[in-house]
Amino acid sequence: MIRAHFFNNTQLASSSILTLTTPLSRRQFVRGSTYCAAVVGIATTGCSRFSSAPTIQPFAPVLTGKVFDLSIGYLPVNFIGSEQQAIAVNGSVPAPTLRWREGDTVTIRVTNYLAVDTSIHWHGIILPSEMDGVPGMSYAGIKPGETFTYQFPLQQSGTYWYHSHSGFQEATGLFGAIVIEPKMPEPTRFDSEHVVLLSDWSYTSPETLYANLKKQSGYYNYQQRTAGDLWRDVQKDGIKATWSKRAMWNQMRMSDHDISDAGASAYTYLMNGVTPAEGWRGVFKAGEKVRLRFINGSSMTIFDVRIPGLKMTVVAADGQAVQSVTVDEFRLGVAETYDVVVEPASESAYTIFAQNIDRTGYARGTLAARAGLNALIPALDPAPVLSHADMGMGDMQGMDHSAGDMSGGAGVDHSTMDMSGDAHSPASGLIALGKAGFGSSASIVHAATEFGAHVDARAMSPISGLHDPGLGLRDNLRLYGRKVLNYGDLHNLYATLDPREPTREIQLHLTGNMHRYQWSINGLGFMQAEPVVLKYGERVRFLLVNDTMMTHPIHLHGLWSELETGDACYIPRKHTVLVQPGASISYLVTANSRGRWAYHCHLLMHMLGMMREVRVV
Amino acid sequence: MWPVNHATAQHLHLNACLPRNAVLLLFVWLCVLGVSGSVLAHEDGNPLLSTFMLNKLEQGAGKDRPQTLDAEAWLGYDFNKLWLKVESDAKREEVEKTELQLLYSLAIAPFWDVQMGVRHDFRRGVSRRDEKNWAVLGFEGLAPYFFDVNVALFIRDEGETALHFDAAYDLLFSQRLILRPEFSVNVNGYNDATMKQGAGVADVNAGLRLRYEIRREFAPYIGWNYQKSYGNTAAFKAAAGEDSHQAQWLLGIKAWY
Repeated sequence: MIRAHFFNNTQLASSSILTLTTPLSRRQFVRGSTYCAAVVGIATTGCSRFSSAPTIQPFAPVLTGKVFDLSIGYLPVNFIGSEQQAIAVNGSVPAPTLRWREGDTVTIRVTNYLAVDTSIHWHGIILPSEMDGVPGMSYAGIKPGETFTYQFPLQQSGTYWYHSHSGFQEATGLFGAIVIEPKMPEPTRFDSEHVVLLSDWSYTSPETLYANLKKQSGYYNYQQRTAGDLWRDVQKDGIKATWSKRAMWNQMRMSDHDISDAGASAYTYLMNGVTPAEGWRGVFKAGEKVRLRFINGSSMTIFDVRIPGLKMTVVAADGQAVQSVTVDEFRLGVAETYDVVVEPASESAYTIFAQNIDRTGYARGTLAARAGLNALIPALDPAPVLSHADMGMGDMQGMDHSAGDMSGGAGVDHSTMDMSGDAHSPASGLIALGKAGFGSSASIVHAATEFGAHVDARAMSPISGLHDPGLGLRDNLRLYGRKVLNYGDLHNLYATLDPREPTREIQLHLTGNMHRYQWSINGLGFMQAEPVVLKYGERVRFLLVNDTMMTHPIHLHGLWSELETGDACYIPRKHTVLVQPGASISYLVTANSRGRWAYHCHLLMHMLGMMREVRVV
Repeated sequence: MWPVNHATAQHLHLNACLPRNAVLLLFVWLCVLGVSGSVLAHEDGNPLLSTFMLNKLEQGAGKDRPQTLDAEAWLGYDFNKLWLKVESDAKREEVEKTELQLLYSLAIAPFWDVQMGVRHDFRRGVSRRDEKNWAVLGFEGLAPYFFDVNVALFIRDEGETALHFDAAYDLLFSQRLILRPEFSVNVNGYNDATMKQGAGVADVNAGLRLRYEIRREFAPYIGWNYQKSYGNTAAFKAAAGEDSHQAQWLLGIKAWY
């Protein structure tokens, strides 16, 4: 079976090379042999993946050095009992882990053996914009049969990742971990380390998944309210209370059980490329400090991570060292990374448990002192239910700053139908700006472009998402005794590099129509919107307001998102920021790198619409 | 194979019964679907999509062996779509009437589309020359409290008018077992004895269909439907020896892709 696929792939690869250029030059011949090498790589990886060897093995090859050759090609994989075609790097899904050294200049030659264009984006790496790997912004992408050479100096250390920025390729395997060793000694002491790369794998092609969501937005939601729920609520609260509790949701035509677009009915969750049934395994020696580098390389899944029996000390967020904070659990948004240190004392085993946000499935692995030891797998927590606060209607847990109108339908205004396109000028607060590090004091303004058939809700009084661990985690300390990390806990280890106050503020609203499955920023999709223009060197504040009921991980390429957690001296630097439903959050950006940068929601199915170009001129 | 599925297909003789041009149109549509099915423009998240929905393909338990086909298909983008709607009733393996609508659909509000186009009626025993064409203006969408609503106004150049309204709701007993109550009413602004259509409220339909979604795209159901005609419509029917009201059990399938 596997052999047959090799044959097809080789044919495909050679045919695409042949159609590209004739006659066959020496360079293409070399390319051809590189591919053969890649095929051999596929063979070995393929065999080891399907073998039932119980020994602990690296999930993906680790490549080190300054010069790298990466070949992107097709690979048959079997995660869920049937064979599917994945996109692999050097014959590996996930892609090889790249270990770099701060201060080095790395050269990466990426060759495309697919039948379609591809690209690699180095997520969270500060580099020249033409090396950022976004087709249409940084460069034209990598055509079939072509090789693109990336080269950039490494000015940072920590845990990052890389992935395709073309189409939906990231969802079919094109993602891998990056670890950059620091030039100076590590601020954190640890004895051993593991990369823990989480991902989601679907039996459905991402194109079909997207089409299904467009045709029926609840297609993958098997947690909807039923007549039984209604009956229980009526028995508990009476008809009147039940009716009024549900009135707003019913009037808005939204479901408080709509937590994620696609959960376990669409996906199987992988930890380091291993299914929960099999379980990835990592080793430790009792008493040693183990550094776990968590990366969420999913296309659509937000995970909540914990290791029952072990406290986790968070030492880095999005690759950047933070003042250590000890927690039992943390939310890992799509594309975020956290480094934690654990100290397993005894010769036993622990489960690394990463349940998805709607609690329909999980990725898991085992940290064990030796082979053969296993730990219990905890049950999934109950599915969270959205509250009025999650719709931007003010708060119910004392986090509110402006009392919202709680009367039914306050969050939506269907009467206003202003389609007049305010394509440019993101609304900026002209009143005195809040102080750096402490967030915005601007009022919430809904742009005219937010009104129309393409937007189904607007947050009227969004809560602050800063000290909120998020949906499904808020009560965990009280319910389970688990302390959950929130963004307010993050303080950079090193002093803020740019202590200037922001000179202006850019307010952007994350918008959408969940029923039609359309996503946008300020009501405008990527294709309709003008770029957000920053002047080179300026320091600005981005205030993100989430008008939807989904949690969106927002990623700014090329420039740090300096999250305002209330500590101006130690502002944590992130590349991806979770914006909670009906909430707002702000960060500072120093425009210290010229060029065209992508700025988007990292949920792959939202990204196409919920994207902007940020242009530093 | 599911027995009802088999039986329904056998009894309906879909290809043989439906008027020829309706079949042709459906065929063209399916070809379009085939071509466009995999098209996806990654650039802006608004790809050209298409879908075919068999809302009802059902067999009634009455002695006339009534059968109903209610199918829709669309092709288009987020805001602009081309719709095709087919409704066909058969009795004793003979198609009584088929209504075919071709509509342009435009999103005008978060949950609402306006639909404009033409409708053509095929009737058994009516010559091609006497078949009716209508202009259509309708609204389709999701009303508060999750009611699927469709309301349409039909106008002919001879001054005949008709109004159709239907509303339905999905009540979930479980994530897959779903009861769908449905209500529809037709109001006419004309009398036509041949078509057995009278002015005023012509008929009211109330149905309950309990389906099981084996997967989202495929659900067999059992149902019960009650239909009652009023006024002149009832009188025309009585004159033709038809009951003015009937209740019946149903077996059917709902499917889409």
